[in-house]
Amino acid sequence: MASVTLENVRKVYAGNVEAVKGVSLVIPNNSFTVLLGPSGCGKSTLLRMIAGLETITSGTIVIGGKVVNEVEPADRDIAMVFQNYALYPHMSVYDNMAYGLRNRGVAKDQIEVRVAEAAKLLGIDGFLKRKPRELSGGQRQRVAMGRAIVREPQAFLFDEPLSNLDAKLRVQMRIEIRGLHNRLKATSIFVTHDQVEAMTLADTVVVMNQGRIEQVGVPTEVYRRPATQFVATFIGSPAMNLMPGRVTAAGVVETSGGRIAFDPVLFDVADGQQVEVGIRPEDLQFATPGDGRLSFARAFVEELGATRLIHGTSGSASLVVAVAAAAHDGPSESLAADASSVHLFDPASGKSLRRDIRGTST
Amino acid sequence: MVEHRRFGNLFAYAILSIGVLIVAFPVYLCLIGSTHEQSVIANGQMPITPGGLFFETYYKTLFVGTSGTTREPVSGMLLNSFVMASVIAIGKIAISILSAYAVVYFKFPFRMTAFWLIFMTLMLPVEVRIYPTYKIAADLKMLDSYAGLTIPLIASATATLFFRQFFMTIPDELIEASKLDGAGPWRFFKDTVLPLSKTNIAALFVILFIYGWNQYLWPLLITTRDDMQTIVIGIKKMIVTADALTEWNVVMATAMLAMLPPVAVVILMQRWFVKGLVETEK
Repeated sequence: MASVTLENVRKVYAGNVEAVKGVSLVIPNNSFTVLLGPSGCGKSTLLRMIAGLETITSGTIVIGGKVVNEVEPADRDIAMVFQNYALYPHMSVYDNMAYGLRNRGVAKDQIEVRVAEAAKLLGIDGFLKRKPRELSGGQRQRVAMGRAIVREPQAFLFDEPLSNLDAKLRVQMRIEIRGLHNRLKATSIFVTHDQVEAMTLADTVVVMNQGRIEQVGVPTEVYRRPATQFVATFIGSPAMNLMPGRVTAAGVVETSGGRIAFDPVLFDVADGQQVEVGIRPEDLQFATPGDGRLSFARAFVEELGATRLIHGTSGSASLVVAVAAAAHDGPSESLAADASSVHLFDPASGKSLRRDIRGTST
Repeated sequence: MVEHRRFGNLFAYAILSIGVLIVAFPVYLCLIGSTHEQSVIANGQMPITPGGLFFETYYKTLFVGTSGTTREPVSGMLLNSFVMASVIAIGKIAISILSAYAVVYFKFPFRMTAFWLIFMTLMLPVEVRIYPTYKIAADLKMLDSYAGLTIPLIASATATLFFRQFFMTIPDELIEASKLDGAGPWRFFKDTVLPLSKTNIAALFVILFIYGWNQYLWPLLITTRDDMQTIVIGIKKMIVTADALTEWNVVMATAMLAMLPPVAVVILMQRWFVKGLVETEK
């Protein structure tokens, strides 16, 4: 296994479309890194450049200490799991898994051992003689992973491998992939647009937007201390509430719905500064009206079973409040939030105004 | 579609039966004609019940030939036709699958020009370019040879287009997976493209074999020696006679024999043929 290092990697397509705008990233050995972002953010392009399926416009990619810019995909010692599995339809499951090894001239008895091991690990040892079309989606997914595992590569690349599965199977495969990583300890890079997949699978989440990295961090950090407004709204469901405001005194910000307290130690702001106030729906509680509370006019309620989402407006901003379904749902028209859960962003750049983040993000 | 009309299918079957009769009756007459004496048809009668000379006529047709006109037994013509049709079909498939592979999967200068040139030859069948083609074949001393019969007919735009369309439906991920699995262009062709094209190849083989078998104008030009003539030419030669009596029983038998190989190819490859035209194994 090996680490993967990207240095200022750029990808410009014909017609001057810049898909990846200078990405630098270190993916440590044995880690599970998830590239997360909306469609078109360049995450798949980045992965395909690591795999060697796309040329690199500028910058360098290093796998296991070796610059691989000009190395053929087959010689990069990586294995990839594709979104639509890309199994060879005319080959049996066994042949699908053995094909790459045969092409590399691995001895036949060795191939048999490796395929048997991987098949057992993935629970597909009963299907080795079948063709891919005779398998269910989940089984095909396993074969695709088996094909990667038998190669014993330096790094595994996953290109949205779960998005073709139904919701229930996706959750199950997610757990299996993480379990597999815990056992194999293989360097893995996983591309997804699903934040739940990212949060549950990753050691490190890399949030990307418009060809750039917005934030790199462990899942809880990305969730609790978003470096930019984009990360704040992209991670967490429902998305973080944002409303424009102005700092009126140390630790107090005024929005159109009322004044609310924030932790002045955490944020580097001046009195009178225009800011974007962010509060997660789950951090808002109903409270009795008064100073330091936000006014709230409820519009409608979404029942999710365990939680209840209450939509409404506070001043000119629309808000969502998430409360436990069992919680008392009084007629209260006022919201409170703990000062420590209030985020402030710069309205122009979208960057967090936190002292411990400012300047560290790209 | 589920229908519950009591006589719902009756009408459809009636129409189908008429169609079958129209196609089958001449074939039946031909078979019957080949079992009677030469003089029966020559006298202007067309019998509709079998005669007693089945084995004699077919033996004479296959191994002796007509007494006057063609001078060659039909078995030789059958062989010529079979060789010509097979070589044309296999040659066309081999050349067009490779050129389609090049056009779809490789980036080289003037790729699209090459494709359009191939495409344009669709407008130039043998009949249009017959004189220059004949001249080249003659200059290359290919007259009266299997090479002359087959090579000028092998280049095929239709089959190239057919394979190109099929290759475009093979998902890109398969190529990428092959690349990661260490398969170069040749391996990808041999291990993935070729097996996936199996049914398409079978379908094309049927069509092209019959195309080759039915060639008339080109063999007529390129062959003059009796032992090189094809069965289609043979039938024609047997009939056109100024002074001799046409041996109708042999002509009928030859026509029956000429039908058999294409029918055999269709029947043997029917399952693949339909599969190749309708679905793909993906």
